[in-house]
Amino acid sequence: MIHSLFLINNAGDLFLEKHWKSVISRSVCDYFFEAREKAVEPDNVPPVIRTPHHYLINIYREKIFFVSVIQTEVPPLFVIEFLHRVAETFQDYFGECSETTIKDNVVIVYELLEEMLDNGFPLATESNILKELIRPPTILRSMVNTITGSSNVGETLPTGQLSTIPWRRAGVKYTNNEAYFDVVEEIDAILDKSGTTVFAEIQGVIEACVKLSGMPDLSLSFMNPRLLDDVSFHPCVRYKRWESERVISFIPPDGNFQLMSYHISAQNLVAIPVYVKQNISFFETGSSGRMDITVGPKQTMGKTVECLVVTVHMPKVVLSANLNATQGTYNYDPVTKILVWDIGKLNPQKLPNLKGSLSLQSGAPKPEENPSLNIDLKIQQLAISGLKVNRLDMYGEKYKPFKGVKYVTKAGKFQVRT
Amino acid sequence: MTTMQRLLQLPANAVNMVKSVQGGSQGQEEALSPVLTPDSGPQNWYNAVQPEELRHLRSGGTGGGGEGSEDRPGLEEGLTSLQSQPLRHDDLKEMLDSNKDSLKLEAMKRIVAMIARGKNASDLFPAVVKNVACKNIEVKKLVYVYLVRYAEEQQDLALLSISTFQRGLKDPNQLIRASALRVLSSIRVTIIVPIMMLAIKEAASDMSPYVRKTAAHAIPKLHSLDPDQKDQLIEVIEKLLADKTTLVAGSVVMAFEEVCPDRIDLIHKNYRKLCNLLIDVEEWGQVVIINMLTRYARTQFLNPNINESLLEENSEKAFYASDDEEEEDKKDEVAPLAKRKPYVMDPDHRLLLRNTKPLLQSRNAAVVMAVAQLYFHLAPKAEVGIIAKALVRLMRSHSEVQYVVLQNVATMSIKRRGMFEPYLKSFYIRSTDPTQIKILKLEVLTNLANETNISTILREFQTYIKSMDKDFVAASIQAIGRCATNIGEVRDTCLNGLVQLLSNRDELVVAESVVVIKKLLQMQPEQHSDIIKHMAKLIDNIQVPMARASILWLIGEYCEHVPKIAPDVLRNMAKTFTNEEDIVKLQIINLAAKLYLTNSKQTKLLTQYVLNLAKYDQNYDIRDRARFIRQLIVPTDKSGALSKYAKKLFLALKPAPVLESTFKDRDHFQLGSLSHLLNAKAGGYQELPDWPESAPDPSVRNVEIPDWSKCTSRKDRKEKKAEKPFYSDSDGESGPTESADSESDSGSGSESASASDESGSGSESGEETESEEEEEDEEEEKKKKRKKHLDKTKAKKPVEESTESEQSSGSEERKRGRKAVKNQKSASESESESESSESGDESEDESEEESESDTDIRKKKTPVSKQPPKQSKKESKKETQEMSLLDLDDFEPAPASAPVTPVNFMSSSLVSDLEGLSLTDTILAPTTITPSGSIKMYELLHRITGEGLAVEYCFSRQPFSPDPNMVAVQIQFTNNTNSETKNLHIEEPRLQCGMRIREFAEIDVLSAGESVTVVMGIDFCDSTQAANFQLCTHTRKFFASIQPPVGELMTPVFLTENDFKKEQGKLMGMNEISEKLTLGEKCVNEHVIVERVTATANLSRVPCGSDKECSTPPPPPAPVYRFAGKTVSSGCLVLVTVSTKEGGRAQLTVNCEKMLIGTMLVKDIMQALSQ
Repeated sequence: MIHSLFLINNAGDLFLEKHWKSVISRSVCDYFFEAREKAVEPDNVPPVIRTPHHYLINIYREKIFFVSVIQTEVPPLFVIEFLHRVAETFQDYFGECSETTIKDNVVIVYELLEEMLDNGFPLATESNILKELIRPPTILRSMVNTITGSSNVGETLPTGQLSTIPWRRAGVKYTNNEAYFDVVEEIDAILDKSGTTVFAEIQGVIEACVKLSGMPDLSLSFMNPRLLDDVSFHPCVRYKRWESERVISFIPPDGNFQLMSYHISAQNLVAIPVYVKQNISFFETGSSGRMDITVGPKQTMGKTVECLVVTVHMPKVVLSANLNATQGTYNYDPVTKILVWDIGKLNPQKLPNLKGSLSLQSGAPKPEENPSLNIDLKIQQLAISGLKVNRLDMYGEKYKPFKGVKYVTKAGKFQVRT
Repeated sequence: MTTMQRLLQLPANAVNMVKSVQGGSQGQEEALSPVLTPDSGPQNWYNAVQPEELRHLRSGGTGGGGEGSEDRPGLEEGLTSLQSQPLRHDDLKEMLDSNKDSLKLEAMKRIVAMIARGKNASDLFPAVVKNVACKNIEVKKLVYVYLVRYAEEQQDLALLSISTFQRGLKDPNQLIRASALRVLSSIRVTIIVPIMMLAIKEAASDMSPYVRKTAAHAIPKLHSLDPDQKDQLIEVIEKLLADKTTLVAGSVVMAFEEVCPDRIDLIHKNYRKLCNLLIDVEEWGQVVIINMLTRYARTQFLNPNINESLLEENSEKAFYASDDEEEEDKKDEVAPLAKRKPYVMDPDHRLLLRNTKPLLQSRNAAVVMAVAQLYFHLAPKAEVGIIAKALVRLMRSHSEVQYVVLQNVATMSIKRRGMFEPYLKSFYIRSTDPTQIKILKLEVLTNLANETNISTILREFQTYIKSMDKDFVAASIQAIGRCATNIGEVRDTCLNGLVQLLSNRDELVVAESVVVIKKLLQMQPEQHSDIIKHMAKLIDNIQVPMARASILWLIGEYCEHVPKIAPDVLRNMAKTFTNEEDIVKLQIINLAAKLYLTNSKQTKLLTQYVLNLAKYDQNYDIRDRARFIRQLIVPTDKSGALSKYAKKLFLALKPAPVLESTFKDRDHFQLGSLSHLLNAKAGGYQELPDWPESAPDPSVRNVEIPDWSKCTSRKDRKEKKAEKPFYSDSDGESGPTESADSESDSGSGSESASASDESGSGSESGEETESEEEEEDEEEEKKKKRKKHLDKTKAKKPVEESTESEQSSGSEERKRGRKAVKNQKSASESESESESSESGDESEDESEEESESDTDIRKKKTPVSKQPPKQSKKESKKETQEMSLLDLDDFEPAPASAPVTPVNFMSSSLVSDLEGLSLTDTILAPTTITPSGSIKMYELLHRITGEGLAVEYCFSRQPFSPDPNMVAVQIQFTNNTNSETKNLHIEEPRLQCGMRIREFAEIDVLSAGESVTVVMGIDFCDSTQAANFQLCTHTRKFFASIQPPVGELMTPVFLTENDFKKEQGKLMGMNEISEKLTLGEKCVNEHVIVERVTATANLSRVPCGSDKECSTPPPPPAPVYRFAGKTVSSGCLVLVTVSTKEGGRAQLTVNCEKMLIGTMLVKDIMQALSQ
């Protein structure tokens, strides 16, 4: 299975290595560097690279390449999924998964990696078990540790590893028992030039933050579970209950976790919250172009659209932009050729508009394609699919928890072709 | 990173803290420094470090002034660390030797940081290894990390630590035992192989499943260290495979895959258990198990698509066929197709598919992919579709996941296009996708293209062509080309579109279009000479070599279509020949040669010129080609025989290229595997075997004796109970683990399962005794024996009884007693009945009551066996019970596999009652007959698959009182195990729309050896679709399905002949189905015909009411029989007429509004009558 892991930053520095079997020289990464160079963009590095004796499977996350070395046949997704789990664990432990935090906590990172894999096969990947084994650093604890020399390794042995509910540790206690559920939906859509929907679907997740004492057994039911035609669950959810009753029944992990994700496919009608009127044109002569973008509300279910941002990946020949925004601010980065127009709240009475001229590199032919617009937005208190949580019941414990549900709609990969 | 840098990153006060700590040690360093001479000290160090560190040092040195700074007072901090580096290991050693845990910890942390950065810390080994027994748990852990990293290099020193681990292996705490084993097996030191082996063996039978899991992990480690241990390790694997806990399952299968993936025979006995445990195994284990089971299933089961796949292959071949060879293949393949028997899926195969399905909902992409590939490789074609949705969902995940999933979808979409068609739009491309994803999506879109969706896809492609990403544009053009070749309707459209692209400003686009157009034109060159002309004009503007070469090739190949332009092009090319790329030069030579052959008048000189240029080219390929062509085309006296054929050689008709996906046929690799992704065999890849021609013996998977009996210690059992899978509350699927419960409540529970498997010998009444006697025997042997036994029952039985009564337990005896009473009763009943009805026709009088049919056999049998009827009543009773083994349908004592006697049947059917009533007001007596003969029993669950629970059902033909629209199905449960079965009930009916089930009341307890009969109602909606549901006991679930014969979907209706004719008049035309038939030999008299019809369908005879007919006692020469009934669910009339003619011929007419029922009924009755 996974033989070794190398962490490489965006600049190509190898800053951490870990071997689970015998040591493999870091020179194996040269093949990776070669591929990296060829790919130009980090996104385009092939996830699986073949070398004469090994296979390199890598992921790119938070500007770090996680490069794992494989020697024999293994499902590639197995490794990829595991590497992402590693990155998530780092994020969980250190707040963010970046080169600096990893370097700062190199010992904890090493201890974590040691526990997560045994001989290259995943051993403990549940964050709740890991947290029992190795305590995540907090500012206070790192201070205390430096002073007293005490350790961040758990004194107790990880009993969670032995239980049948490996995701929850025993003996959880809170004074305020609360459970929050965030229903977050993202709209993935492609709109064409005329504004008609080419493709649209909704990706939803239910993020939970459960801080309940003891061993609560929760069940969450929806007003309209029929909407959910394709779901995937955290391992704590009982499949059978869902299949027969359409109720999500589970013993929650402690703290934050993603309870489920769902997908409402293109077959259903998806409400598109905004429309975009745009006119971008480049002129053959005078090396310039014009741009005029207006954004307006479409189907917002009476809610306000917030955090509206329009991002445009301009063609290479666009040197600068001289624009005028009626609302919000715009910024054009001539290096990355990305124009970002941060609008903020959408006011239906006075539609925001961005208008002006673009100057192009002189002599270069005018770009053939108009850049597509990527929209980002947020609507509070609304799940665009119409999904509604009906009730949350708790069994197994006596106290009365505080329960809260929040709905948010965001734009996912929302693109307008021009 | 140097220590200094590390220090700088700590909070300021922390730095001070550490400094003060280090201050102490530095003081000591200074004291030591005289020992190290300034020259030798660093020198030694240089030898020790790796070159990389040297580089670091040098770069740091230039900044800080290098070693010269050593003497300077008041050094800066960075320099201190730099300068102290040579001594650092010493100070680490000191820290490790100190007796303060905090110092040790600090030292270990620094060492681990060094390891993490890939620096060498091996010289600290002696100092570190001493701390292996340290009390501080973190120090200990870090020492382990160090040991595992360096033990291989320092084997001798590593041995110092072994005793600590050996002590750890004996620790009462399971977690310490586990971690000791983990480290012990991870330090790759060959000398300790025997110790490792011993430790693994011991841990494999540890009572803690966590330790056993660790043992499973240790197996591949030892195997890679010393492959000679394989045989012993396989033994351990075999043992661990039998483990019942979810914790162990994943790890041991992993070990299996790594050590002995070819020992498929080890899986047999654990197959069902693995399937049942699967859902509770942790996610990584699930992936490994599913992949292994895919391979296993490929060796053990039959191809579920066996018939379809042949058809499909044939049709596909016909589509692509160009060779005659394939034609032959086809013929060869068609032959076995005809021979094949209808496919029946092995229940174990079904079990696997059923138990993996919910895992499609997993959050782990690897698990979803594993299930998807399992379905792709193993499921019947109709069921594969369910994976599409889950795979499309994965596309939302990280781009690496998308990449892998798309690769697999691309392969799948070639074989099963329909599966992904509904999700076409999910593969639309966004401008922000990475190029590699875009290209894969394009591949999938192309694979999905067909006549219906091609216009949408092409429209989509049009937007892609305008993209800024040029690689992607090139791929899009190729995709258009592929669509055009595959779908003839759009070829011209695509070609026009591509020609338009030729005027694109981007050269790459034009070049790619040229190449694709070239391929398209090859398919039908005649119609497109204008395009060739257009392209000839382009050659001046296009610089991309591949495109230029393509144009030249086209002109040369089709020079007769463009006779005027071609020589001109050659002239132009001759001018630029020297500056062209090699592939273009080769094509210029080709063009020249072809023109010379067709139009030598105009081009002779040009050709000579080009060949001369080529003769002196730098590239030897070009020189060779020129020489070769000159010899071939220019006739000289020396030129060989070949020159005659020059024209044939050059202007031969070239087959059009087939543009096909690079993913074609990739599915011979197991999907989702690394090998599939790379399209090459990766090391350690296990081939996915082909389906076997005939299924290997499925009985190898029958589990005989569960290992429970072995671990009997109370404590152990407790532990096991605690491990009951979490999900077990909602379903009993977790099978074996669960039976821990039954184990605790019945004393000898451990044997219950085995007993159930072995003793489930149908419904013999003497079963208990028999099974006990034969418990240790093999199944087959037993069957044989039973047959023999049957023959001799009469003689043998009493003896057997007497000898065995001692053995049998009290309860059994009681039971038998009860049974005997019951038997006696039913015997007397049947006796009286048969006597009372003796006046009538014998066969007429039989009611459906089971015991009666038994008596019937007895009647037939009695002449053969003992004669005196009265005195041997009891004995003959016994015999009849035995005889119930025989198939009662056709009154011939043929042994059947597992027939059952429904015990407490309600007496005669209501039908006969009704008819009895009708007798009073109509005239005729003997012609109305109750549907006679025994009722056919169908098997719902065989006792082997049911683990001792045998279930049979029959259609009792009683009206189902709770709901008259339902068909009553009588179900008989027989418990053949030695323990009670509890909570028999039905769950999760899966029905066609409109169908309903009225479940029977739950059976609380079915004690060993008992049978219970219940009645349930099913509304089949007048269709013969099967009703599927799960039959649940307190431990297990079984998949069951009831499919009604069409004749059971109706109930009798009483009609007079006039009514019948009236109704028949309304159901003419489409609703009437009429067939001619020849009656079977036995269908000579009236009542046989009537009996056959009523046995086939639940109908009642219409009295032949016309007074005239009835007044004449002898039946008319050509009698007509009429039967009437209505469908249970919708109440449509079903009218059947059989009119006999001379010579045994007859005409059968069925009138029914439901044509489907009518047709099926005609078929069934015809069959019954013509036998």
